[in-house]
Amino acid sequence: MKSKWKNASLTGWLFVAVPAGLILLFSFYPMYQSLLLSFQSGKGSVYNYVGFNNYVRLFSDPIFKQATLNTLLYLAIQVPIMLILGLVIANFLNKPNLRFKGFYRTAIFLPCVTSLVSYSILFKSIFAVDGIVNQILMKMNMIDVPIAWLLDPVWSRVVIIVAITWRWTGYNMIFYLSAMQNIDPSIYEAASIDGASKTRQLFTMTVPLLKPIILLTMITSTSSTLQLFDEVVNITGGGPGNATMTISQYIYNLSFMYTPNFGYAATVSYAIVFMVAVLAFIQMKAAGDKK
Amino acid sequence: MKRIRLMMVHTFLILATVCSLFPFLWMLVGMTNSSSDIVKGKFQLGNMLSTNINKLLEITSLGNSFKMSLMIAVIGTFCTLVLCSMAGYGFEIYRTRGKDRLFGVLLLSMMMPFAAVMIPMFRMFSQAGLLNTSTAVILPSMTTAFMIFFFMQNTKSFPRELLQAGRVDGLGEWSLFFRIFVPTMKPIYAAGAIITFMNYWNSFMWPLIVLQTQEKKTLPLVVSSLASSYNPDYGVIMVAIVITTVPTLVIFFLMQKQFVQGMLGSVK
Repeated sequence: MKSKWKNASLTGWLFVAVPAGLILLFSFYPMYQSLLLSFQSGKGSVYNYVGFNNYVRLFSDPIFKQATLNTLLYLAIQVPIMLILGLVIANFLNKPNLRFKGFYRTAIFLPCVTSLVSYSILFKSIFAVDGIVNQILMKMNMIDVPIAWLLDPVWSRVVIIVAITWRWTGYNMIFYLSAMQNIDPSIYEAASIDGASKTRQLFTMTVPLLKPIILLTMITSTSSTLQLFDEVVNITGGGPGNATMTISQYIYNLSFMYTPNFGYAATVSYAIVFMVAVLAFIQMKAAGDKK
Repeated sequence: MKRIRLMMVHTFLILATVCSLFPFLWMLVGMTNSSSDIVKGKFQLGNMLSTNINKLLEITSLGNSFKMSLMIAVIGTFCTLVLCSMAGYGFEIYRTRGKDRLFGVLLLSMMMPFAAVMIPMFRMFSQAGLLNTSTAVILPSMTTAFMIFFFMQNTKSFPRELLQAGRVDGLGEWSLFFRIFVPTMKPIYAAGAIITFMNYWNSFMWPLIVLQTQEKKTLPLVVSSLASSYNPDYGVIMVAIVITTVPTLVIFFLMQKQFVQGMLGSVK
């Protein structure tokens, strides 16, 4: 009997061995290589160790500073807007006898099926100088002259934020909605009898109950915003100037657009690693403390 | 008072719906217009559809790109499901402390930004002579901690008596997996398949790095390169976008339930 169990345990390891090996090979090994590379400099296949030179360069690199600033700006503005919007919509759609509920839900979720490249280019054409958004705004008398959306450093960031919000609000909304449907409706009945308004119920009951899910969506959106690439490359190409460039795009440019400098690019990539780790830690701490 | 509130809710939701659906209508209408009409904001059907389609076929190798995208997505999805379900099953059914620890380590890979692994990975594939192949696109995303976790969580609700019954019938451990677990878990596989297929079909950054020649480009790469040319023809681009989007739309409407289930993954 004992030897049979031993066999079973060995079989268990066989089930996980290949997949685990692949993750080690395609995630952990490159991460380690990248760390080594971040202390090297060179061209082609000849790389030499240069100590902390790349890291010193990082702190005096204006493009890196700009890219970091842009990335953090997207993070600070876009993620809260999207999550709150998702939460509000989910809260509306969770009403038991709201009409056309299924239609609204499907429509708001639909942007999630588009590829990041496709929707980026749709937004680029929608926000053209003579394009449809400017025409609508002018017809509504909200502006007198067309806004040069993608040629202006501030407006181009706005377009990117609007685009990402369009693509991902429904995605987050579905997470909230599915969690809300697991909440026992009788607690709301009790609260209503006690005289708590709907808005109050949302903030004092629903939000605290959804905390684990909100934390999850916060961490995933933070991590994906820090890695933002597809949208910026396809909507603005990082311009005007470097006004919309993100860190991921800068790493791509350093590696594949300019004269390849893999060593320095790896150093920049570790800046993202650092930020993802720190922000995830802060978010988990903040969520834990409020318990 | 209650009616006003309800009307406001509907107004808000209708506005959100219009914003969500507009880009879809925009691409369908845009497909029938000339590039200059599109950037001038024309939102009426035009008569340029066949011109746009012909031009797209002329300036890109669209057939190849479609095949390339489909091949990567189908083979990639198949491999992902086999490997990740094996691992999820192994971690859950043969649970030991050592395996739990290994899984904890694997979860860390979810925190690793792609930008940090892409350079060494590019050098790895270039040394292996695999650049410009579908293998290079498929391999790195074939096993993800997310998918393993997805299968692990769903294995928790798998009735283990079925395995015991199979053992009594004399089935080996691998036959238990392939002949009992896999058929029982078909809906879970469907959910996992949809989400993996979408990820492969829509992926951009890694294919952009490893696929370098025109005839190897996947659909998102074609769309992106058309749009980044000096004088982009939006009519043609709209056709390409529609061709890229329609397959995912069809999958979504046919399997909405599994789609959402796969996306929510292990959160329940």
